[in-house]
Amino acid sequence: MKEFKVTPIRNGTVIDHISVGMALKVLRIVGVKDTVTSTVSVLMHVPSKKAGWKDIVKIEDRELDPKELDKIALISPNATINIIRDYNVAEKFVVEVPNVIKGIMKCANPGCITNQSEPVEPEFVVESKKPVTLRCVYCDRTTTDIAENVQ
Amino acid sequence: MDVVSIRDFSREQIEHVLKLAEKMVPIAKGEERSVLLEGHVLGSLFYEPSTRTRLSFDAAMTRLGGRVLGFDQPTGASVAKGETLAETIRMIDSYSDVIVLRHPQEGAARLAAHFAERPVVNAGDGAGQHPTQTMLDLFTIRKEKKKIDGNHVVIVGDLKYGRTVHSLSEALAMFGAELTFVAPPSLQIPKEHLKQIESTGRKPRMNNSLEEVIKDADVLYVTRIQKERFPDPAEYQKVAGAFRIDLEMLKDVRKDMIIMHPLPRIAEIAPEVDSTPHARYFEQAFNGVPVRMALLGLVLGGLK
Repeated sequence: MKEFKVTPIRNGTVIDHISVGMALKVLRIVGVKDTVTSTVSVLMHVPSKKAGWKDIVKIEDRELDPKELDKIALISPNATINIIRDYNVAEKFVVEVPNVIKGIMKCANPGCITNQSEPVEPEFVVESKKPVTLRCVYCDRTTTDIAENVQ
Repeated sequence: MDVVSIRDFSREQIEHVLKLAEKMVPIAKGEERSVLLEGHVLGSLFYEPSTRTRLSFDAAMTRLGGRVLGFDQPTGASVAKGETLAETIRMIDSYSDVIVLRHPQEGAARLAAHFAERPVVNAGDGAGQHPTQTMLDLFTIRKEKKKIDGNHVVIVGDLKYGRTVHSLSEALAMFGAELTFVAPPSLQIPKEHLKQIESTGRKPRMNNSLEEVIKDADVLYVTRIQKERFPDPAEYQKVAGAFRIDLEMLKDVRKDMIIMHPLPRIAEIAPEVDSTPHARYFEQAFNGVPVRMALLGLVLGGLK
C-alpha cells in the first residue's frame, strides 16, 4: 500500500518540483500568515525522479494569481503547478519565467535609484531564463541572486 | 532623444556626434559665434559636485546662444527637504527644454528620462554611466590619433568603481581598439563589463604592472582612485598612489603615445608630465565643450 506523508487535498494548489530548499521562499510569496484560514502543508527535501531532491507546498482552497506564479518561476523555474478540484488534478503546468519583470522584485544593487523612495516599480529585462539572469532597466546591473530580492 | 547610456548608441550614431563636434570646435573656442540654440533653456541638476562636466555643459549651452538654470548642490533646494527625484524632474521639465542630470544613485538618469518629456542627458549617475565623458574621450583619441580602431589603449587606475572606464572600454571595444586593463586585483574591471567587451570579439588583456605594458601603448588612459567609492577606507589607503605616472615611467614609451585623464587628478600623474608631448588631458577637458555642443544641438533639434 502506498504511504502518504501528507494526505491529498480536496481543493487548492499543489506546487511540486520546487528547487530543494526554496519551499520557505515560496511560502513567503504565497503569504502564509494569521489571516489565512485554510491548511498549508510543506514537504522539504523529498526524493525526486527528475532532480534528486525537491520541495513541495500544498495550499488548500486557494489558487494562485499570475503575480505569485511569476515570483515562483523566478526562484524555482522548474516548479509545476497542479490545480486540484475535488481531489482531481484539474490543471497542471510548469511555471514560466516572464520576459519582463516589473514590480515583483527589488534591484540587488543598493546604489540603484529604484531602492530609494522614488515612485517607480523596479523593472528587469530577462537576459537568461536558465539560470534566471535579470538586468535592471534603471541601473543596468545584472543579478542571478533572485531569491533574496523577490518581494 | 535621451542620452542615458552609451549602450543606447550605435557606432554610426557615435561617429555622427563626433563629426558634428568637430564642426563645433571654432565656436567652442570662441572664434566663431552661434545662435543655434538661442531661446532654449537647459535645466542643470547637479546632485553631486562636479567642475568640468557642469561647466562644460554651461559653456556648450551658452556658446550656442542658450541659457542655463539649475543648481550645483542639492542643499537648500526642495531636494534637501526630501522631494523625490521624480518630482524635481517633473518640475524642471516644465521650466526647460533639456535636462542635464548628475546624481549619486545608479539609474537616476533612466528614471529621469521616464518622467521627463524633454530630453535628458546623463552627466553621471553614481558608479553607473557617464556617456558624454565617453564621447569626449573617443573624440580626443580620434582627434589625436586620427582613428580609434587598431590603437592599443591601456587603461589604468580604479577600474572597479571608476564610472568613466566602464562606458569607455565598452565603446572602445565597439570601435575596434585593443584594450589592456592595469589595476591591482581588488580594483580590476568587473566581470560583467569584461563579458560585454568580449561580446564584441575583442580579447582584452589584464595586468597589474604598468611597466610591463606601457611601452606598447598608443593611448594611456589614467583614472583617479576615487576615495568616495570605497566602502572600506583601509582598502583605499592600500592602493592609492600605486600607479603614479612620472618621467621615469615614460622613458621607453612610444614617441606618439598620448596620456589622457578624465580629471581631477590627485597624484596619479606627476605635474612634470604636463609639459611632455604625451600629455593630452587638458585638451581632453576642453573637448567636453564641442562634444556637449553637438549633443545639445542634436537633442534640441538644432543639428541634424
